[in-house]
Amino acid sequence: MLVKGIKSRPVYSGVAFDPMAKRHIFVLEAEGATSLIEQVATPGSGEIAKADVLYVATAAAPKAYDQKLAALKPHDLWSAPTIPVLLNRLNVVLGAAHMGTRLYLSGTEGFIGQAMQVALNHGMDFNSIKTEHRGSEARRVQCVHCKGITDDVKTQPVTCSHCGLTLLVRDHYSRRLGAFQGVCIDAEEPGTAPAPEVLFP
Amino acid sequence: MTLNTEMRVRVADIKQVADHVKRFRFERVDGKPMPVFSGGAHVVVAMRDGAVLRRNPYSLMSSPEDKSGYEISVLRVENSRGGSHFLHDKLKKGDELTVSQPVNLFPMDQRGRKHLFMAGGIGITPFMAMMDQLSKTGEHFELHYAVRTRTHGAYWKDLEQRYGKSRVKIYCDAENLFIPAKAILENQPLGTHLYVCGPHGMIKGVLSTAREQGWPSQNLHSEEFLAPPPGKPFNVKLAKTNKTIEVHSHQSILEALEAAGIDAPYLCRGGACGQCETNVVACSGKLEHNDIFLEPEDKASGKKIMICVSRISGPDITLDL
Amino acid sequence: MNINFKKETFRDDYTFRNSPEAIRRFPFPFHEDKYMYSVNMEPHVPAGPAGHAYNNGIDVDEHFVSEMEDRAKVLKEDPLRYQALPHMMTAQWDTLELLMEQQAAGYPEHFSLTKDGDNWHWINKPMGIDQKFVFGDASTLPMEPLEFITRQAQGDHVIVDQRDGNLWCDAGMVTTQADWSLDFDIGMNFMEWHGPVPLAHNLGIFERALKFLLNLQQGKPVRRLNWTMTINPRLDTSPENYHKWGTDRATVTPENVGNKVHLRCELQSLWRLPRSNAILFVIRCYLIKMEELVTVPKWARRFHRVLRDLPPELVDYKGLTRYRPTTVEWLSKYDDGKPTSPGIFPE
Repeated sequence: MLVKGIKSRPVYSGVAFDPMAKRHIFVLEAEGATSLIEQVATPGSGEIAKADVLYVATAAAPKAYDQKLAALKPHDLWSAPTIPVLLNRLNVVLGAAHMGTRLYLSGTEGFIGQAMQVALNHGMDFNSIKTEHRGSEARRVQCVHCKGITDDVKTQPVTCSHCGLTLLVRDHYSRRLGAFQGVCIDAEEPGTAPAPEVLFP
Repeated sequence: MTLNTEMRVRVADIKQVADHVKRFRFERVDGKPMPVFSGGAHVVVAMRDGAVLRRNPYSLMSSPEDKSGYEISVLRVENSRGGSHFLHDKLKKGDELTVSQPVNLFPMDQRGRKHLFMAGGIGITPFMAMMDQLSKTGEHFELHYAVRTRTHGAYWKDLEQRYGKSRVKIYCDAENLFIPAKAILENQPLGTHLYVCGPHGMIKGVLSTAREQGWPSQNLHSEEFLAPPPGKPFNVKLAKTNKTIEVHSHQSILEALEAAGIDAPYLCRGGACGQCETNVVACSGKLEHNDIFLEPEDKASGKKIMICVSRISGPDITLDL
Repeated sequence: MNINFKKETFRDDYTFRNSPEAIRRFPFPFHEDKYMYSVNMEPHVPAGPAGHAYNNGIDVDEHFVSEMEDRAKVLKEDPLRYQALPHMMTAQWDTLELLMEQQAAGYPEHFSLTKDGDNWHWINKPMGIDQKFVFGDASTLPMEPLEFITRQAQGDHVIVDQRDGNLWCDAGMVTTQADWSLDFDIGMNFMEWHGPVPLAHNLGIFERALKFLLNLQQGKPVRRLNWTMTINPRLDTSPENYHKWGTDRATVTPENVGNKVHLRCELQSLWRLPRSNAILFVIRCYLIKMEELVTVPKWARRFHRVLRDLPPELVDYKGLTRYRPTTVEWLSKYDDGKPTSPGIFPE
């Protein structure tokens, strides 16, 4: 039922510094912080000195990644209390940014999707934005029937948190919505939905 | 069943617009309206020059909404293969020739928050149609236009008048003014798209400056039509029809096929679009790839050739045609 | 040619039927007795016997008025079936011009378009619409140009933008779809949009189709046929409403196959748009009941063979699993094993 290898499944090819960029903006969520921490050998010099970091801890708060990020001595570091607050700041930052700016997104898929939407609204081409999936495999799912978004989906199938239908989570992904597609799993024979299994831990 | 959509046109006007540059206006012989087009589009002009049928691509520079005729501008090139000399020296008002439907291999990115044009010399032509289109929809654009001398540069005065000096900047070689690409490119807002058209060296220079300024490749656009370079004659064998055709020194494979009455697909005739990609069955010489379409690995494989601009040095090549 | 527009429904009491003429003009999608994906594109030039769906660039038939009424109902319930990203406005006007010109040229008794510079006058008699507007000025129409014209043109319409060597699904009116969601897929590129289709990716079908379409020329539209099956003549088989129509698939019995089971054919035509360099993708849906289909003996024989031998992945993807055996059994009565002639047209 879950068709694998669907072409709309996003490919995350990593957030290695692009040395051609004049300025780097790293937008990191939870475990996403590690993808920057791991690639900086010399704090405060080289590429990191051109990097502005927007970080939100979410589930990784106990790991105090913000302190490790600060130790990298980026050009600027800001820790947001929540994802919406971070996205709002990102929107303002991009509004004043120039063409030589490269954007890097790292964290869960749902987070990458939401930050990507902000960037697309500034006319950035998604192929120019670098991404890396770190942390939970949980998915952000749009119910195709009621259009409601359910965050942090770990099971297959999942109950839509808005309309209550049991949804098959497909590999089909919408960059614009930053979400996977959920389709009623027992539409042809209501009541025959299988028991949920944890598929996206 | 194929559809012949070429249009028979009459030369309605010829005007010398600058040193070595002439503008030609074409109107349909059947009196029907010309199709509207998108800024950046070109047409392939087919010219009967004595025994030779020449087909060259030229960017459309007239207003895309002007259905009464198409206009192109042609630079008289010294080492011309014949096309620009024919148009400059032989073509007269009232003569008839054929143009293709418009094809756009240099389209604007409609999402652009701002469109930045950099033109060198005759490379101005596609931008004239683009700016006409953008000004009608109220989009944000800016032109940087380099000319050799004020008398060499066609249209700079018109453009300055029409769009204003804040949007049209002229740089004249003779006055030691050059497009300050680095300074222009470093402070452009996010969502800007850059379009470059002009001599090969200028395109290369501007694009590499843009990359050095951190521009992503998705925002960089350029167009150049490559003329098929001459070479030694060779034979083309056609595997499917078992024919052999000679390609002369100043002929491309595509032109040789057409002269022999064989229809082969093409769109740009300048090594850019990929339409004439042909499989090589065998080659007894060395492939000389002159296109900008094939990937380096395709070129190295020796299995593909763009017959509009590429040729071989050697006795013969067998194509899957 | 005067069309006798029918009053019928595609939901609730399902009064949709094809007249005998409509059956003969149906674009039957199988040119041989088996089916597999292919890049089956051909020039979209007038073809087929007189009256066939291939006669005009944009086909209008007896179901026009009722289909447009059904579309209006779908949009009232779910306005997200029509969407256009902001950079597609030029392509919207291109599409409006193309559809108006084609419908007026093909059916002058029913549609007319007069132009005086940018001042245009459009008359759609079957729907009682008379609209004067300024081409290029969206404020002179009651809605966006693409929505305005696709509420008056049969079939789904998707506009794909061409950039960066790919095609992007950036605008559309989609209410008669075979189970895909514009709201979800808008903004996707050609490969992503067709992501869920099995087998075809491995066959390189989409790579070849993309390469072909990137060089699609102005003035040279192309067409291809695609197909699936639908229980009851429901136009709106959207994923949005799947939980409402999905149960229909379990209602097929040997007694009701002829009336309930429909072959659903998509006549897709693709047009390079002049001002935007985008491509208009017209996906026109035709429905035919099994009992109507078998009135053409060639089609009855052929469709029996195609459905019987269909690869399992396609059976699953097209959602035929539950009712295919019953339908094949029913169709077998109309297949005497005789050879069929090549091509799609009736004998």
